[in-house]
Amino acid sequence: MDLDALAGCLSSSACLVTQTTSGLIIGMLLFLVAVGLTLIFGVLKVVNFSHGAFYMFGAYFAMSAYQLTGSFALAMLAGAAGTAILGLIFERVFMSRVYGADVLMQLLVCYAFVLIFDDVVRIIWGPEFKAMGMPSAFQVMPLFIAGGVVPPYYLLLISVALVAAIVLGIGLSRSRIGKVIRAAAHNPGMVSALGINTGLIFGGVFALGGMLAGLAGALAAPVRSLTPGMGFSVLIESFIVTVIGGMGSILGALIGALLLGLIRSFGSLGFPLFTEGLMYLFMVIVLVSKPTGLFGKEAA
Amino acid sequence: MTELEAGRAQTLAPARSGAALRRYRDVLIALIAFAVLASLPLLSGSKALLDFVIRCSAYGLFATSLNLLVGYTGLTSFGHGMFFGLGAYSFGLIMQKLGVPIPVAFVATLAITAVVAAIIGAICVRLKEIYFAFVTLAFQMLIHSTILSWASFTGGDQGLRGGIPRPAFLGINLANHIHLYIASCALLILGLLAMRQIAQSPFGYTLRMIRDNAARASFLGIDVWRAKLTVFVLAALFASMGGMVMALFVSGAYPEFAYWTISGEAIFINMLGGVSTFLGPMVGTVLLLLLNDTVTRFTEYHGIVLGIVILFFALGLRKGLLDFVAEWYAHRRETGEGR
Repeated sequence: MDLDALAGCLSSSACLVTQTTSGLIIGMLLFLVAVGLTLIFGVLKVVNFSHGAFYMFGAYFAMSAYQLTGSFALAMLAGAAGTAILGLIFERVFMSRVYGADVLMQLLVCYAFVLIFDDVVRIIWGPEFKAMGMPSAFQVMPLFIAGGVVPPYYLLLISVALVAAIVLGIGLSRSRIGKVIRAAAHNPGMVSALGINTGLIFGGVFALGGMLAGLAGALAAPVRSLTPGMGFSVLIESFIVTVIGGMGSILGALIGALLLGLIRSFGSLGFPLFTEGLMYLFMVIVLVSKPTGLFGKEAA
Repeated sequence: MTELEAGRAQTLAPARSGAALRRYRDVLIALIAFAVLASLPLLSGSKALLDFVIRCSAYGLFATSLNLLVGYTGLTSFGHGMFFGLGAYSFGLIMQKLGVPIPVAFVATLAITAVVAAIIGAICVRLKEIYFAFVTLAFQMLIHSTILSWASFTGGDQGLRGGIPRPAFLGINLANHIHLYIASCALLILGLLAMRQIAQSPFGYTLRMIRDNAARASFLGIDVWRAKLTVFVLAALFASMGGMVMALFVSGAYPEFAYWTISGEAIFINMLGGVSTFLGPMVGTVLLLLLNDTVTRFTEYHGIVLGIVILFFALGLRKGLLDFVAEWYAHRRETGEGR
């Protein structure tokens, strides 16, 4: 424990800014992964245990596209579109067979794909650590805000995640497709009887969730190292986010992800070895005091 | 035993002699199984085979204890591995720091496990289904992080090193490979027998009723919370026993023993073998360990092979192997009688 370091940081505005931005980065990436998870759970009632693999594929797709074309925009597009297609295929071919089955059965199918996907990445890209490298457009002087260092790429990352959150929130509550999706989540049989292809909607939601995780992976690729199995810690953390925020709630995922990001960045100062423990402790406290999560509805 | 359970037991009195008979049959099967396992070293001098059986003992105890929760009570715990890790670490630490005889350390570890399980269980069993799963997972990771961060006591990510002393007691020397083998088999058989007794007791049937309809059980006057907590602690004790066998076998304890993947493996073993029969998890254990050993020998990409096998079970059979066999057998007997 190093509480002096934590207290020292809290009293210095430079350190405060730096730690808060790094917390926001972690939180925003987690949000993109977790919101897909929570969306898939909310509509399909499936806990997608293989969601981390989409994050991983997003990062690898982006790296390959960047190395081929040298364009950062194309890299992001490849990460998002590639995982969307993957999500659609995965849902239609495999997951759709275990709807309504035992939760354990669904978990098992996902677990199988975690193992398979990790090995597929190992075969295609090799087992060693890879780095995509920061695109030259962002290799500029960092911004100084109140003495704290903020790389411009971080600003892009935060704004992309915020835009995704707003578009999702408004899209689901206002647009026609959003209403159909919410209806299908509530009563798929009825929606299907009204002549709407629920299979397509379920596949689309899964593809959207996969795409968001892939986008997170693509955005993370320039700042994190790539390795098979990289999806795993992200998966566990985004689980914590969805559980804290409440399964199925988008606002909950946003708040939960930001809280967790801040816990991680400030916790690493005060409790360098117990940072992960802090997250689990927080999760236990939230679950024990409110089992459905901060923004979850009763009897989901 | 609650009044109601006692009353129920009375109405079941005519079936009692049958139950006693079944119990003798279970003991007989256990004795035969132990005799077969104990004579294995005489038939084959292969050290690898004995090692395999020791590992099966550790994982078998652990996986079968999880089945008490998943299969019998309907409590899907994702954090059962914490007690496996707790058993291994407590036992190793007691032996290393205190130097007491092995049976004392064994009992002390069970006592520690019972206390920890009672505290964690009291918090967890209030929650339903997926939330129960997540809280147990969170506690597991909490214990894992504690082991990692308390490096001065637990050795951190290096694990408990320097070996666990294994002084001889009552003429049993666990540093001797054959002695360790026999002791593991004995623990496995005794543990399985004890769990079988729990599963077949009135308490075991109370658990099945809670699984099938908790509201009805509660309506009939059963304290559901207490029954769940009791089975949570009991299952933890057997998982802890499995952890101790593992710690004795590898002469150490590692953070992986408390990592969540060990719980995942136990769930997978249960699905592989089947949760509707008592011995399903045991069959699953042997299957998974065999699969792991053979696949890792032939290819470095064992994730793909293992994944495809899991998919075969999950999407093809849609149930565990022993479930499948049991159903097939029941079906065959039915049609056979119809003829």
